[in-house]
Amino acid sequence: MMAALATEGLTRDFGGFRAVADVTLALAQGARHAVIGPNGAGKTTLVNLLTGALRPSAGRVRLGGEDVTALPQHARVKRSLVRTFQINQLFPDLSPEEAVTLALLEREGLTTRWWRPVAAHGAVLAEARALLDSLRFTPAEMRAGTRSLAYGRQRLLEIALALALKPRVLLLDEPAAGVPPGESRAVLEAVAALPRDVTVLLIEHDMDLVFRFAERITVLAQGAVLAEGAPEAIARDARVREVYLGEATHG
Amino acid sequence: MRLALEAGFWLLALASYWLLPDQLPLLSQIAIGALFVLSLDLLVGYAGVLTLGHAAFFGLGAYAAGILAQQGWGEPLSGLLLAAVLSALLGLLTAPLVLRGGDLPALMVTLGLSLMLGEAANKLPGLTGGADGLLGVEIWPIFGLFRFDLYGHTAFFYSLAVLFLLFLLARLITAAPFGLALRGIRGNARRMPALGTPVRARLVAVYALAAAYAGVAGALLAQTTQFVSLDVLSFQRSAEGLLMLVLGGLGALYGAMIGAAAFTFAHHVLSEMSPLFWQFWIGLALVALALAGRGGLLGLGAAALRRWRA
Amino acid sequence: MLTVLVDGIASGMLLFVLAVGLSVTLGLMNFVNLAHGAFGMAGGYVCVVLLNRHGLPFPLCLLAAAVFAAVLGLVLERLLYRRLYGRDHLDQVLFSIGLVFIAGAAVDWLMGARQQLITLPAWLSGRVELGFVGIGVYRLFLIALCGIIVLALHLGLVRTRFGSRLRAAVDDAVVARGLGIPVERLFAVTFALGSGLAGLGGALGVEVLGLDPTFPLKYMVYFLIVVAVGGANTVLGPFLAALLLGVVDVAGKYYVPQLGAFAIYTAMVVLLILRPQGLLAKAAAR
Repeated sequence: MMAALATEGLTRDFGGFRAVADVTLALAQGARHAVIGPNGAGKTTLVNLLTGALRPSAGRVRLGGEDVTALPQHARVKRSLVRTFQINQLFPDLSPEEAVTLALLEREGLTTRWWRPVAAHGAVLAEARALLDSLRFTPAEMRAGTRSLAYGRQRLLEIALALALKPRVLLLDEPAAGVPPGESRAVLEAVAALPRDVTVLLIEHDMDLVFRFAERITVLAQGAVLAEGAPEAIARDARVREVYLGEATHG
Repeated sequence: MRLALEAGFWLLALASYWLLPDQLPLLSQIAIGALFVLSLDLLVGYAGVLTLGHAAFFGLGAYAAGILAQQGWGEPLSGLLLAAVLSALLGLLTAPLVLRGGDLPALMVTLGLSLMLGEAANKLPGLTGGADGLLGVEIWPIFGLFRFDLYGHTAFFYSLAVLFLLFLLARLITAAPFGLALRGIRGNARRMPALGTPVRARLVAVYALAAAYAGVAGALLAQTTQFVSLDVLSFQRSAEGLLMLVLGGLGALYGAMIGAAAFTFAHHVLSEMSPLFWQFWIGLALVALALAGRGGLLGLGAAALRRWRA
Repeated sequence: MLTVLVDGIASGMLLFVLAVGLSVTLGLMNFVNLAHGAFGMAGGYVCVVLLNRHGLPFPLCLLAAAVFAAVLGLVLERLLYRRLYGRDHLDQVLFSIGLVFIAGAAVDWLMGARQQLITLPAWLSGRVELGFVGIGVYRLFLIALCGIIVLALHLGLVRTRFGSRLRAAVDDAVVARGLGIPVERLFAVTFALGSGLAGLGGALGVEVLGLDPTFPLKYMVYFLIVVAVGGANTVLGPFLAALLLGVVDVAGKYYVPQLGAFAIYTAMVVLLILRPQGLLAKAAAR
């Protein structure tokens, strides 16, 4: 079967420093895959290479069989490769409703449209409200300024913007980072509620979340793939315990 | 409520014809300034692109319309069209140089380009009249009916009508998905590609649009005063445009126009006392506005309204 | 030919002394300070007043100009500039344009709009014959004095603790703060130093660049070119940029006067497009 997302020998150098080294991955459609690794293992650089925010020094990225290595970020999004950000990338001056509407309009390819007010796009507005409603945003929160929302809500909006794009492949960059334990359930629910045919790549620090969610795990260390396998196998792997889990229990 | 306020604004603009009958040239100047600031608002206020050289487009439009009329084709509307097209082309041509990422390159490249154009106009007196200005601009009656008169009656209605029509267009554009995408780019240019927006293409489009608006404003000045001087391309004009914009309030079309009106009135009153006085106060106003932060007059008004209601 | 070259080098060195402070403001704090030339203007007028009205010796006037501009810079930095660090570039642009307008109006009101002239002391006027050409003594004095300043700045930046801290802060202000380097105070001192040098440059430049209330606007572009092209991490970058600019400017005005300032503006745009590294690339990457 053709992989939904695959890389071949993906490499990125910064000056003399090799941040990602010869990473080869293959995610089947509907996969629940996690990438873990200690700080500085190259996880964020890997995400940036997959989404096209960075160009690789060597190697390729394939999306559903198509070589997208040369495509810019926005063109990959149009092919339904969508990401969330480790640090919220929101629109402080827009309300959540406006922001999600913007994402939906973009998905439908309507943002070149200049002759019809946003307010006249009733179906899109209704979909934006329905999406936010499914994430338990109250009507008041939908219309508030984004900067006035609590951090947990902002984190959820970060994910809502990605969901609005109806991804076929979704990259979640530490979705629970910084969310207080009480509110992280909402984030987890949103991720768990994704349709089964969506391919998900989870970059995470929180081992709890990884072992609950992932069906397959890749461990990165110093930019290279250290191990890959089912969660139980990874949990037993001595090398992984040494570089990562061991470090986590000590630290 | 909102519609009533908007209608009131435009009725007042129209009524100024009867309220200040001796000040028609000043009123035309306000309308032209408002159009220029509208153009800056699209670029700076909505899309968040900084420029120190927007006068380049204003000046190009002014010279295009002026030279067209001087060479024997004085039909005003085709003059506006020519100015819009040429300015938009210059915008398209220079956008890749300006939009290379980051505020500093944008500031410096726009400044450099406008200075280049100003110096070129200065050094080509055969075409532009150089430091003496472009003389012999004769504009035909609008639609062959309304002649430009000495007192500025026609000029007033002409400027106001063009401003109103282009305002309606800007209002449409900013309320449409395209406008929302611009606000998105200004709010977070990093997120937009992750939503699938080709940021560069959107910015090039709005840059050319703003250039065309500024070109039309310049053409209006050339046609209504039947004269073009080098100061249409000056740094002063670019800087004053920014000031009017910030004075009125960024990212609000009415703010842009109110800023232009307030600025031009203040200029008229203060510089009659002394030009130095004016320069000093304008400097002080800039410093104060920058320190106080955004919102401008429109923001102050809205805050006062909220307090009054509370 | 040689005269043009020497004149170009002299005015290039002068530009460097005027602009070097801006390379720190723009580079270190990423602050768009379009009012940098106002400090040069302040120094110029201090020098003119002391020399023409009070008859003080020229070197003393230069010193007073530098000190006055430095103090002015320190006061403004502490009172106003500080509040705008980290704010939008648009705010910084408006603020500094405002300062330029105020400074221009104030100087115009106090001193009038005309060009200021000074009489150089006898030991600095006249020419010396070098082979077939005569070179102005003042130009040689400029080259010598500015050369000493360049050397001192370079050594100061490389050899002293102040210099190494400053370089650390330029590289990464956040990390520098984390290392306990007082970035704020460092910047205030550097700002004052840069303003002082601009004041000195303004005073030295009365004879070469001219002095009137439009000085800050007229030379703003030149300063920006020096910084944009030269980058902010070394003394050498802006220095070479200033030299190049000075020579091109003088040669352009001498050989192709019909082009006027067009050559310089074109050079600026072309260089910005060809060489957006250094300061610009760094600022853009943030």
